[in-house]
Amino acid sequence: MTALAWLLIAAPAAAGLAGLLVRRRALAVALAFAGPAVALACAAAVSFANPRTAVILADFGTVRVWAALDLSPGACAVALATAVVSFLVQLYSSAYLRGDPRYAPFAAQVNLFCAAMLLVVAADDLVFLLIGWEVMGACSYLLIAHYAKLPQAPGAAAKAFLVTRFGDVAFVLGVMLLGVSAGTFRIGELGEAPAAGAAMLLILFGCIGKSAQFPLQIWLPPAMAGPTPVSALIHAATMVAAGAYVLTRLLPVWPPDLLLVVAVVAAVTMVGAGLCALAARDVKGVLAWSTVSQVGFMFAAVAVAAGDAALFHLVAHAAFKGLLFLTAGVVIALAGTDGSLASTRLRPGDSRLAFWAMTIGLAAMAGLPPLGGFYSKEAVLSAAYEAGTPAGVVVFWAGVGASILTAAYAARLWLLVFWRGAGPARRPAVPRAESFSLWALTIATVAVGALYYSGPFEVPSLHPDLMALLLLATLGGFAVIADSWWRDRPGRRTDEQVTDRDPARVLGRARGPLAEGLYAERLAAKATRGVAAAASAAATALDVRLVDGTAVEGSARATLAAAEETAAGHRGGLVRYLRLSAAGTLVVAVVAIGVSMWN
Amino acid sequence: MLLLAAGLPAAGALAVWGLRRKPYAHWIGAGAAALAFAAVAVLPVGRGSGAWFAAGGELTGGWWHQFAIEWAPSLHLEFSLAVDGVSWTLALLTALLGVLCCIHNAVGAEQRASDLLGADRAASAPLQVRAGSFETGGPPQAPNRVLGLLGGRRASAPVQEPPATVETGGPFPAAAPVHGVPAGALGDDSESPEWQSPILTALLLAVQAASTLVFLADNLVLFFIAFEAVLLPMWAIIHRYGDPAARRRAAAKFALFTVAGSLLMATGLFVAIADTGTADLGAIIVHGGVSDDVSLLVFALLALGFAVKAPLWPLHSWLPDAHTAAPTVGSVLLAGVLLKLGTYGLIRVAGGLAPDGAAEAAPVLAVLAAAGILVAGLVCLRLPEIKRLIAYSSVGHMGFVVLAFAAGTEAGIRAALFGNLAHGLVTPLLFFLAGALKARTHTGSLGALGGLRLAAPALAGLLGFAALASLGLPGLAGFWGEAFTVYAAAERGGAWLALAAAAAFGAFLAAAYLLRMLRRVSHGPVAPAAIGIGDVSAAEAAVWAPLVAGTLLLGLVPGPLLTLFSEGLL
Repeated sequence: MTALAWLLIAAPAAAGLAGLLVRRRALAVALAFAGPAVALACAAAVSFANPRTAVILADFGTVRVWAALDLSPGACAVALATAVVSFLVQLYSSAYLRGDPRYAPFAAQVNLFCAAMLLVVAADDLVFLLIGWEVMGACSYLLIAHYAKLPQAPGAAAKAFLVTRFGDVAFVLGVMLLGVSAGTFRIGELGEAPAAGAAMLLILFGCIGKSAQFPLQIWLPPAMAGPTPVSALIHAATMVAAGAYVLTRLLPVWPPDLLLVVAVVAAVTMVGAGLCALAARDVKGVLAWSTVSQVGFMFAAVAVAAGDAALFHLVAHAAFKGLLFLTAGVVIALAGTDGSLASTRLRPGDSRLAFWAMTIGLAAMAGLPPLGGFYSKEAVLSAAYEAGTPAGVVVFWAGVGASILTAAYAARLWLLVFWRGAGPARRPAVPRAESFSLWALTIATVAVGALYYSGPFEVPSLHPDLMALLLLATLGGFAVIADSWWRDRPGRRTDEQVTDRDPARVLGRARGPLAEGLYAERLAAKATRGVAAAASAAATALDVRLVDGTAVEGSARATLAAAEETAAGHRGGLVRYLRLSAAGTLVVAVVAIGVSMWN
Repeated sequence: MLLLAAGLPAAGALAVWGLRRKPYAHWIGAGAAALAFAAVAVLPVGRGSGAWFAAGGELTGGWWHQFAIEWAPSLHLEFSLAVDGVSWTLALLTALLGVLCCIHNAVGAEQRASDLLGADRAASAPLQVRAGSFETGGPPQAPNRVLGLLGGRRASAPVQEPPATVETGGPFPAAAPVHGVPAGALGDDSESPEWQSPILTALLLAVQAASTLVFLADNLVLFFIAFEAVLLPMWAIIHRYGDPAARRRAAAKFALFTVAGSLLMATGLFVAIADTGTADLGAIIVHGGVSDDVSLLVFALLALGFAVKAPLWPLHSWLPDAHTAAPTVGSVLLAGVLLKLGTYGLIRVAGGLAPDGAAEAAPVLAVLAAAGILVAGLVCLRLPEIKRLIAYSSVGHMGFVVLAFAAGTEAGIRAALFGNLAHGLVTPLLFFLAGALKARTHTGSLGALGGLRLAAPALAGLLGFAALASLGLPGLAGFWGEAFTVYAAAERGGAWLALAAAAAFGAFLAAAYLLRMLRRVSHGPVAPAAIGIGDVSAAEAAVWAPLVAGTLLLGLVPGPLLTLFSEGLL
């Protein structure tokens, strides 16, 4: 069984590494499917046995790094979700990137990405986990930069990598501090590490970076420059979820009074990202901000120490967000646009599959029963309700507010895409591989709620009053949007003529700033560039002018000058030599007399 | 075997020198280097025949083999060689890089010869057309037709590209003109007869021989002699085969700087010999170093000398100039071998002779190392030239090594040794790639490059791999040394935590400047300089493959190497 556990990670990794060397498309496709397929089989197999294994990876004397795997039931569920989404993404992109000459490296990088996430899921050693953690960041960089012709792609990719890496500065420090204080990196043996507070806050910052939570949410929206399947992969079951996942693994180490920090982060993110999603200007933008908000729910579950509720929401979110992104790719291709909400419009009859997939996905995200999203969100809010801590209160009310917003932006997206009449473009058929992925994820989205009744997760039972509250919140969100939509209907006579029929108008004047993510990204970019330029200029001045120019070259010049002077002193005439000799003799005589008198 | 390891490259150097007019001279050099590599590679066989020392009835480590001949006893000079896990890995790295550089030269020379032949036959190109200068290692970069064209252009306008003094645009403002580095080394034709390249190979072998001797020396005087002997051929390599615009100055700076450091080091060594009455390195280490009252003095003198070589900020300023001016193989050896002499000396000799002094001086070293990491990272953010950028990044990487050593914990020493070796694989790879890039595009200016991913996907892929390895991506070689540098500093607690944070932030800066480099070089539309360049040739792939494989292997399986270090005599 342990062999299967290793194969779970090794298969996609090997397929990815081999795929980097492959040029022929047929071989690349075969490798692309084989990696996640084997991983999927392994994940299914190990969820019956839950193996644990460890070998020494590196021995640093006082501390050891173990290549340790611990496939607990929760980890198996996440691994399964990761493998399923990766496989479907590979299937989808084999059709989506059909004319792309750079398909082979793309597929290989997706496989590496999948392997890295599986490593994060399965690892039981923080340094070992760090390998997957950062390889994932590097793969996201490569994948987001996939489109060579897209001018903003390299910048977006670099931003994604650098922001997450900035979080990783804290993450690495936190891991090392934890290792120093506990004497081990094994997650299972950390226990109640002494003085873990600072270390855990640092690790939290790393997870915030990876999960695009406030205040490091800035990398996720531009990351949409990558191909749509990459967005699905990053958002659904992998990178963005990894931060929340690691926090759940480390829950036993958390000092309880510091959970309030997580709660505040989660609350700000859930509500803020929900507002941004409501104002966003393109299809993928809405989905990106919704991911930030939904991962906020996972952080909320962590804040009330309900790890299983967080994982449950992670798995449910993987299903519906994967579905939504892949459908968004289909919708944008059908509409023949760049994905901007102003121009992307379809009729429900244009593609029944896309319509229903989008509808079910959005309904699950909004939390309508009996879809998976309803159960998982209910579980998170129940846990917060039962917690009875300040953190619980914060995330509970923020969660209710975020539920209203979720319903609102889901309804807005649905209305804008499907109910504004037909766009101008022709309608190509949906490739079979893509429609298979959509079908599979639709079924998963519907069925994932069953995990509530018989799953690996221990989640609080449903409270009827909470269910009512959640439904009410959802309906409230729908109502606000429906009201605005109805009032702006084209036939209606009013004093003001409505040019763009967009329910985001309810946001009023805040709409513009929110659509830009409150300018956080631009501000951060400007500030970072300013600081980096200034610091770099200062360092260059210090290094080149002072150290090299003055100290090093200056001493060379000084030596040369001294040599010149000395040489000049030896070029005098006879009189000068005589004078010098006399002076020298005098000095020597004085010194000799002085020394002898001293003695 | 010990003797062969150091002697074969030396003999090879002489042989190549002697046969320098023969066309097969390169291959003799490559063969000698390969034999030396084999000799080093078999050293672990039968280990334990040297002076192993025991703790609790068990052999814990020490010299694997020893070999000694009396040379000049009155000077404490003895030709004594010894090897253990620490020096063996470095000697192996030296031998590997020696082989790769020799093959690189040989392949480049053959390529150039066939190009010349082709050019003669075509009779359309002036004779001065050469496929790049010596540093190119000539990939099959252009068919004859293009070559002729190129030659014609070059003949009519000998220096077409203005020196890239100021780079504009991009996130960072224009660099200071001090950093202006001539773009592209167009070979200077007046001083480069065709048979010169074998001399370069001979010089490489001489560097390899002397460096191997440094790593294997068990006698302090011998160590010093070998240490100095490295300098001369390296100076010649830079001075004769470097970038014509900067090489003389860079070579002089390199030599003067290093000699100044070595003299201090020599003083330290002789103080140590006078204090202990022996020059046997292993014996002094086993006895716990020199006596307490001179310990700090010895360490300070030695550390100053080695810090120049390592280089430790602020004694590093020879390095960017030397790297930028040196030919590709010179840069590779500088980064892969010469810098290792400094760190090896610091860890084994300075740390071994004066452990008490090392502990006392540790905070100073650590602060300088952390400052070096940060300053090098920040400077790299605005460097306009690829080789200079890689050179400066070395300062940062060596900062990690010195910081880990200064922390002085068990984990720290191992992290320092590991990071040292990893840097010796990754940075040479980067220099090889940068050299190939400059040979193809005739420019190293980041502003003039772009679109490599479209023009030469394999080269861009390798460059990306090397950059990821250099920024310390976990799973590749660079990670273990740097991450556990942070660990070692954190282990010390107190103010060292700030240094740990600085080191972690330095790793972030490395990501920033390397991504900036990739963005300029690989992404975007294809730059005019990169149009029509060839992708990686089979010969190049063969030369680079060992480095790539080593980087992956050390990254994924760091255990065995760390075990070797733990047995080392430190």
